[in-house]
Amino acid sequence: MSEFLEPFERMLESLSPPATVRSIEAGGDADALWNGIAESGFLDALVPEERGGAGLPLAEVCALWQALGRHAVPLPVGETMIARALLADAPDGPIALASAGPGAATVVPFGRVARHVLLEFGGRLCLVEASGEETGVAGSLAARMIWDAAPAEVVGAAPAGGLRAIAAVLRAALIAGAADRLTAMTAAYANERVQFGKPIGKQQALQQQMALMAEDMVACRIAAQLGCAGDLQPGLVAAATAKSIASTAAARLAATAHAVHGAIGISEEYDLQLYTRRLHEWRLADGSETYWNRLLGAARLGDARGSVDYVREAL
Amino acid sequence: MPVFDTLSLASLPQADEAIRPAIRAIAAEAAAAAGADRRARSWQGYDPAFSRRLGEAGFLGLTLPERYGGHGRGPFARFVVVEELLGIGAPVAAHWIADRQSAPLILNFGNEAQREFYLPRIARGEIFFCIGMSEPGSGSDLASVRTRAERTESGWRVNGQKIWTSGAPHCDYMIALLRTSGSAEDRHAGLSQLIIDLKAPGVTIRPIRDLAGDEHFAEVFFEDVDLPADALIGNEGEGWKQVTAELAFERSGPERIYSSVVLLDAWVRHLQAVGRDDPATLALVGDFTARLGVLRAMSIACTARLAAGESPVTEASLVKDLGTAFEQQLPVAIGDDLAAHPDQAVDAELYRTLLYVTHVAPSFSLRGGTREILRGIIARGMGLR
Ligand SMILES: Cc1cc2nc3c(=O)[nH]c(=O)nc-3n(C[C@H](O)[C@H](O)[C@H](O)COP(=O)(O)OP(=O)(O)OC[C@H]3O[C@@H](n4cnc5c(N)ncnc54)[C@H](O)[C@@H]3O)c2cc1C
Repeated sequence: MSEFLEPFERMLESLSPPATVRSIEAGGDADALWNGIAESGFLDALVPEERGGAGLPLAEVCALWQALGRHAVPLPVGETMIARALLADAPDGPIALASAGPGAATVVPFGRVARHVLLEFGGRLCLVEASGEETGVAGSLAARMIWDAAPAEVVGAAPAGGLRAIAAVLRAALIAGAADRLTAMTAAYANERVQFGKPIGKQQALQQQMALMAEDMVACRIAAQLGCAGDLQPGLVAAATAKSIASTAAARLAATAHAVHGAIGISEEYDLQLYTRRLHEWRLADGSETYWNRLLGAARLGDARGSVDYVREAL
Repeated sequence: MPVFDTLSLASLPQADEAIRPAIRAIAAEAAAAAGADRRARSWQGYDPAFSRRLGEAGFLGLTLPERYGGHGRGPFARFVVVEELLGIGAPVAAHWIADRQSAPLILNFGNEAQREFYLPRIARGEIFFCIGMSEPGSGSDLASVRTRAERTESGWRVNGQKIWTSGAPHCDYMIALLRTSGSAEDRHAGLSQLIIDLKAPGVTIRPIRDLAGDEHFAEVFFEDVDLPADALIGNEGEGWKQVTAELAFERSGPERIYSSVVLLDAWVRHLQAVGRDDPATLALVGDFTARLGVLRAMSIACTARLAAGESPVTEASLVKDLGTAFEQQLPVAIGDDLAAHPDQAVDAELYRTLLYVTHVAPSFSLRGGTREILRGIIARGMGLR
């Protein structure tokens, strides 16, 4: 396990409690949180040492990304880590990631709270100021953005495999972290809530469903780790595997977490929704399971190897 | 959820990867003549000559110390070997149980004489074992077993019956979970494990034919079967503890994710041959590929816990439950896919393979502990029970 995880997690615990998450989602000021994270130096986790960063391998940063999901951090911290590693001269402030084509509206996660967007457009990377419409989705930090023509602010060529691939891997890690928190919350609640004279967690029907949550949670983690096993240009098979598994599990995990919690999980006041809303948003962002499954399926059918050899060698 | 934090990405050490080409060559040879429907039987395919061949080539007893005829390697080496055998569908049933769980059991709990007597022959592929746990009245509720072993002047006398014993008709020995004191109501207390020579007088084996026409499991009856004193393995009364440790070996391997992989490969080759590339087909292939990749990584993560000397009972249950669900969904989805394209003829071998796997698939989540029981173990790990 990364030696950085514990201090990172401690920082998030103190800087990004649910009250802060709610306040930023409601349009409150995010500067204090951002400055705290920026001062910690973690934003340069992926920046090479010769450029003054920590030069951590992606495999190690994977655990940090999961921690962001576990704490529902309301800023594009993982995205900014990626952008700062890809850009020689990154601007201060939160940076969101997007991949878009001309005229197609794109939902950009954290678009509302980002200062810049690192955009892949027509095979190029552009760094543009973040501006877009609110999605109108309650609590969402995403924004809808449209670019009709290629922005002028080109900063380089898109990474091999596309920006969407590494964004999808980040999304998988965030999902894995939120899944971990949701599973723990759900098990704890099931042990507390009493109906029919005993904790609902003693009901076998619920135990069986929560066992599936644990399976999905671990599968998401391993999938994210597979996606993060390489560098910032993950191969198609790794990115697709990570996002396909995490996106498929995300909807199931959210559904079971809500089912076990009953009505209280639907209330705004209770923390569950902070995580389940994120699971749904991240499931759709940067390609759903079917988007990645199609790409992966096409690659697989173009290959003569057996299935086990394929996943063993291509992943 | 701290309980599952130890399940984390791990990779197979280079030294263990290095044995892959050699085992692959042998496995390919054994599978070459067999059609996909035969290879889909894999760990129910019985071929003692092939098992001995594997023993001679040094691929059995990999995890046993060299002084017992083993090869002093770890669970990762065994993972590589097992993966190669299952991936192609080599007939491994004869030695399967002995190599997977009887040998580690004897190594961990047996005395020196028992280790010297059994282990070298297991590693050579000369003797085969079966698991005598289930009884007609004891399936999931294993602690309720009634078959008894009573002390005699010279050892033990066994009476009772086991059922669903895989491989019993071909095996030399059974490691049986028996009641050595008390009654079925005493549950976990009073259970012991004994090694039963299946050629002993009083043992009757009646094969049971399965729905696919195969006879891999059997009923085994014991009528005043006399066993020597050293038939007891481990300590009297500790059978439950030993069985639990054994189940970590039984449940953690790649056989819990690869049961339908011969079918998967046959289907992929069919799609390639007919050149199908519509979005729905691609998405289905991609879904299976992603799940296979992650399950394999999860199985290796579980193997890493074994390699670290742990007994990953909860983790193995988690991987097995997810793995068998995958194995069972494959034939359902592949059947739907093939029959949704009536213009693209399915050859007879693929059709037989599909229906064979479809018919036996329910057993994937029964053998080695049912889905519901495994989920109960996971829930216990989550602090719910
Ligand atoms: C192909 C195959 C090979 C096998 N090989 C061997 C072998 O070599 N040696 C051996 O000893 N056994 C073997 N078995 C037996 C296997 O271990 C049992 O089938 C298994 O333990 C389940 O027992 P059962 O079949 O009696 O089902 P039961 O225990 O009667 O279960 C029937 C159903 O009830 C459910 N159920 C039972 N108890 C509970 C509970 N508390 N909560 C919720 N649901 C419950 C089960 O999950 C299942 O769905 C084999 C089985 C198969 C199919």
